[in-house]
Amino acid sequence: MGAVERQYRVPLPVLAVASLVLVTLALALVFFVVPNDADQGFSQRIFYFHVSIAFTAYACFAGGAWKALRHLWKRDPYADLESYVAVHQGIIFGSLVLLTGSIWARISWGHWWLWSEDQLVLFLVLFLFYCAYFMLRFSVDPGPQRANFSAVYALFGVVLIPVSFLAIRIAKHFIHPVVFTSNVTSNLPGSMLWTYCITQVALLVLAYTLYRIELAGKRLDLRLRELRLA
Amino acid sequence: MIRARKLGKRFGDKRVLRAVDLDVPDGAFAVVTGPNGSGKTTLLRLCAGLALPSDGQLEVGVPRARIGYLAHEPLVYRELTALENLELYGRLYRVPERRERIGMLLERFGLWEARHERVGSYSRGMTQRLALCRVLLHEPELLVLDEPYTALDAAGAGLLDVQLAELHRERTLLVSTHDPDRVDSLATTRLALA
Amino acid sequence: MNYVADVRALARKDLLLELRARDTLPAMLLFVVATFVVFHFSLPAHSSRLAASGLLWVAIVFTALLGLGRAFVPEREQRVLDGLVLAPCDRSAIWVAKAIATLAFLSAAEVVALPVFALFFHGLRGATVAGMLLADVGICAVGTFLGAMAVATRARDLLLPLLFLPLAIPIVVGGVGASVVAAPGRYLGFLALYDVLFGVLCWASFEYVVTE
Repeated sequence: MGAVERQYRVPLPVLAVASLVLVTLALALVFFVVPNDADQGFSQRIFYFHVSIAFTAYACFAGGAWKALRHLWKRDPYADLESYVAVHQGIIFGSLVLLTGSIWARISWGHWWLWSEDQLVLFLVLFLFYCAYFMLRFSVDPGPQRANFSAVYALFGVVLIPVSFLAIRIAKHFIHPVVFTSNVTSNLPGSMLWTYCITQVALLVLAYTLYRIELAGKRLDLRLRELRLA
Repeated sequence: MIRARKLGKRFGDKRVLRAVDLDVPDGAFAVVTGPNGSGKTTLLRLCAGLALPSDGQLEVGVPRARIGYLAHEPLVYRELTALENLELYGRLYRVPERRERIGMLLERFGLWEARHERVGSYSRGMTQRLALCRVLLHEPELLVLDEPYTALDAAGAGLLDVQLAELHRERTLLVSTHDPDRVDSLATTRLALA
Repeated sequence: MNYVADVRALARKDLLLELRARDTLPAMLLFVVATFVVFHFSLPAHSSRLAASGLLWVAIVFTALLGLGRAFVPEREQRVLDGLVLAPCDRSAIWVAKAIATLAFLSAAEVVALPVFALFFHGLRGATVAGMLLADVGICAVGTFLGAMAVATRARDLLLPLLFLPLAIPIVVGGVGASVVAAPGRYLGFLALYDVLFGVLCWASFEYVVTE
């Protein structure tokens, strides 16, 4: 069964060029154009990426869960692979959240890790969860059962995101008093807002491009295997 | 009752069934033969509803509640007694006059004396006979039997011969076997898998 | 109601299986008491009394994991699960029954564990017990669900803790909060929310775990 070809509207080369352009633009804006933040200075710039990467990771996990739902509910034959690749992208971007967050914490507060940063702790939990997703997937032989298990676990993940976030918030009342305050300024003036938006769009496009690339690669693999067996 | 057109089944990379056509009309006695690994068990699992086809079409004209499936494994709990196992299945299949029916089946298959013993202590032949009880408990219209003669001694096999002939009078049977000659006289449809 | 009758028949079977085997519950009891003793030796002299309350929840989660790993073993061992899946009952009933049975064992273990904890460390609040009841529901619901998946994989008992622990973090937060904070209502409410959300998710998706 050739369940490997789905037609896309935007061809891959166009996406690749677009992401290259956008990411370069974002980098330029963040490091050269936008003014220094009043409180934190240069180190705050990493926040443009940190927040955008976090949101992109959420989008990947949500996309993975959506494809998982399509697999279970509509029996979409392409959806299992797409769900897996989306989750994979999500965990890549999730690791980057942990990395950028850690760097920012070190620069701003002198510690490589801060339990007081809700988003960071949330991503730690999600990282553990989605690593288990991969262990689950690799512990089952390819087939309908593996697809079902992965899909169901991806759905659990997406429910876990808000529940964990809430848990982390209410845990702060008894874990330790908040020593460091969170630092994302909610009202960004003019150029900062633009820079953030462009960075966000750039990263979303980059994530989608990587998703399409990985998907194409995996489909090629599958196709080759099928041709060999047929 | 069963119609399969170009039925195929894949598990990941492994293709187990390829373009199988099968027609089993009501009241037929269908026999599936083939060497080990030819996909007999997979075909029967598909017909019983335990798996979904990868390609092709499969129509089974009876609902789940009216199908009886005998697998390689007896599908009974070794820690429970024969009576407890059949009680469970009897409740799940909503068998009317459950106790009487269970008693009748256990007697017919010679397990009445052993009904309070753990299935784990049974011989293979006894376990196979218990599995047959389980399959017949809810009086299914379609019986799917995967190598039912396995583990039966001469007496048990003789008993099964009689049972199959009797069942064929009222039900549709789909049987896979290594020993086609044994059931050849009853068979109305034959399918050989490569 | 057919669904309730199915759940009852299946739960009876699960309780019967454990009564016959008589291994999971004693193991859980021994494990939880041993863990408390280990806690005594791992809390340095001036640790707050509250630290012990937190550790109680760790003990409960890991004791539960011990039991959860065994939950679907009888079904997968000889593929008896196929027999249950073939039956006309709703597949989610299999999960409900198994979760109820596991809940019974976990509660039985806690009936012993909580007084022992109160004896070794300090007294228990009503809120802790209430939190434990709510948390148990969540642990058993999610844990038996994941156990059904784990037992079908190659890694088996290695996998269940990995799948379960991230999902157990909110439960621990709710439970510890209910045990130590002056106004536990918020945490009990959170535990109830967890139970509802994940309960519904498990109930709706169990079908896909046992079929294709």
